[in-house]
Amino acid sequence: MAAKEARDAVGEYKAGWHDPENATIRFDFGLSEQVVRDISAIKNEPEWMTEIRVKAYHHFENRPMPTWGNMSMLKNIDFDKICYFLRSGEGTEDDWDDVPEDIRNTFDKLGIPEAEQKWLSGVTAQYESEAVYHSIREDLEQQGVIFLDMDSGLREYPEIVKKWFCSVVPYQDNKFSALNTAVWSGGSFIYVPKGVHVEMPVQAYFRINAKNMGQFERTLIIADEGSSIHYVEGCTAPTYSTDSLHSAVVELIALPGSHIRYSTVQNWSTNVYNLVTKRGIAHKNAKIEWVDGNIGSRLTMKYPAVILKGEGSHAEVISVAYSGKGQHQDAGAKIHHLASNTTSKILSKSISKDGGRGSYRGLVSVSPKAENCKLNVVCDALILDENSRSDTYPTMEVANPTARCEHEASVSKVSDEQLFYLMSRGHAEEEALAMIVNGFFEPFTRELPMEYAVELNKLMALEMEGSIG
Amino acid sequence: MSAGKPVLEINNLHAGIDDTPILRGIDLEIPAGEIHAIMGRNGSGKTTTANIIMGHPDFEVSKGSVELNGKDLLEMEPWERARAGVFLSFQYPQAVPGLQVGNFLRKSVAAIRGEEAAKGSDFRKQLKQAMKELDIDRSFLGRYVNDGFSGGEKKRFEILQLMLLRPKLAILDETDSGLDIDGIRTVAKGINTAVRGSESGALIITHYSRILEHVQPDKVHVLIKGRIVKTGGPELALELEERGYDWLDEGHTDESLGEAETAA
Repeated sequence: MAAKEARDAVGEYKAGWHDPENATIRFDFGLSEQVVRDISAIKNEPEWMTEIRVKAYHHFENRPMPTWGNMSMLKNIDFDKICYFLRSGEGTEDDWDDVPEDIRNTFDKLGIPEAEQKWLSGVTAQYESEAVYHSIREDLEQQGVIFLDMDSGLREYPEIVKKWFCSVVPYQDNKFSALNTAVWSGGSFIYVPKGVHVEMPVQAYFRINAKNMGQFERTLIIADEGSSIHYVEGCTAPTYSTDSLHSAVVELIALPGSHIRYSTVQNWSTNVYNLVTKRGIAHKNAKIEWVDGNIGSRLTMKYPAVILKGEGSHAEVISVAYSGKGQHQDAGAKIHHLASNTTSKILSKSISKDGGRGSYRGLVSVSPKAENCKLNVVCDALILDENSRSDTYPTMEVANPTARCEHEASVSKVSDEQLFYLMSRGHAEEEALAMIVNGFFEPFTRELPMEYAVELNKLMALEMEGSIG
Repeated sequence: MSAGKPVLEINNLHAGIDDTPILRGIDLEIPAGEIHAIMGRNGSGKTTTANIIMGHPDFEVSKGSVELNGKDLLEMEPWERARAGVFLSFQYPQAVPGLQVGNFLRKSVAAIRGEEAAKGSDFRKQLKQAMKELDIDRSFLGRYVNDGFSGGEKKRFEILQLMLLRPKLAILDETDSGLDIDGIRTVAKGINTAVRGSESGALIITHYSRILEHVQPDKVHVLIKGRIVKTGGPELALELEERGYDWLDEGHTDESLGEAETAA
């Protein structure tokens, strides 16, 4: 169906506006080459970007669905029922007061302005497809740090974007990276110049707020030699009756001696398919850390990856996943040791409850030429009831005998004695359970900025409510 | 106001687990400011008594009553009992990995004594003082609850909680087991500080008389097969130490033993 109808819709933008969501531009459902070209045209993109989009679109069309993960859930995604582009407001705003009121209210509820005062070095708030609010602290600007939404990044720094875009995650990587490359909109673009240390975490909030709205944000972070940055992304979404797709691509480039930490807490509503490709390349003596929390969504398939390309580089992936009723968190990590003296650490923690399913899927490889690498993998699962499930799919491909590998896995249950002990200290059963659950997640939460840690603990306490029969 | 009402009053308590009777008619009364001890062999029902007062869900009470200052405890959930003023020092305290001791103490004080009591410099002062008395290092606060604790550390941590939570009734289930003599002395100091000269009462459950040398009990009760067969002063503990329990188990003494036979 889609192609013609979508083309028609694009042909009459004004008629295509869907007021209930106050969208300035909204495409009809479905995807075609023309839709892809139109997205690029609306954004006035350079031709090379249009061409990548189109190639990626064709790759997406021809690429079959993954034959692993949760195939029965993946099967439910109807690509013809997704809106691939929606823009609200008048583009990116620099002044909070110019942001449309209903959007402002939404962010007020998320507490963004207050959060900004305390924590933010800069804010990009993504509402639907494009950033509507953007601010950056002056001292960061003075240090030459670029922090823009990705569309502005492409407009203002096309040469940097062209150099690195798709260099870490090629569109051919997988079906969803192809889809993202074809229709991406929004996301963050960050460049940290040589030797600059961004002291405070830089944050962005993402949010899906339209029915059947696909979010395809694209993030590119480049840390130049000897620099450092901590990027924090948090997601919350209201609940919808129809399914929604979130398929982002994040590319990190850590040049020699630099340090990138990327922290996420996603809390998509439980009808969202969250299929994200996150990958970084660490050059000589660089360090990349993914701190990745998955609380919401129906199905998440996400395996933050690091390619240890330069000698002495280091990777860490610390992740937690919570799977409640009807949810499947298929998460993990991928690390490739391509150079000597590289080290990596994976810590994965998952909790499943009410029939939820948590899977750890990990791959660590050491290439034949990489000498003296060290790898450490720990996965712990906590199962809260008999109906829930936890699986582990760890893979290690070690082609160099000098590598030192450690792997530990554990599965545990909450015991009645543990609960009784906490209850005897005045804590009602749900609070006691939340204490155990939050304790289990603590090695992850302590890596987050305080505000996020508190929010995550509150979220988990909410999840435990009504869980005692 | 609760003058006259004992801190703990247990009447004719019958209880068991999965239809197996364990307690067969316990009567016990602890007035304010008193420390009582229950002694008995393994399997006599000592820990069961403690668990039932605290409200362990595995045990079923078939008959009798348990009251705290005249309030019916059996109707309450374990956390309600804790908030009403019951404290149990566990024989085997549970580990909660990831839950920091400091955070847990603050939350527990807030739950039991109220938010205000867990705030500000007063709380910190109490905490510091109690830790000093129990010879607990500051770094302890950053560790995870009972996670990787030695036996002695676990017991000290139980007493630290006792001192901060200020219960009306403190039950100490074999708090002395696995402690060396210094540990017992320290723990005894904690118990005395928490109970003596207060409106609170304590029930010490133990195998041995050692701890009772440092915490002079007002009364010692001997529990055999789910019944209190003898009650006496501190000297009874020493007698038990010398003679063991057999002489009480044979039906030589106490007139109350007569009825016990029927259940067997």
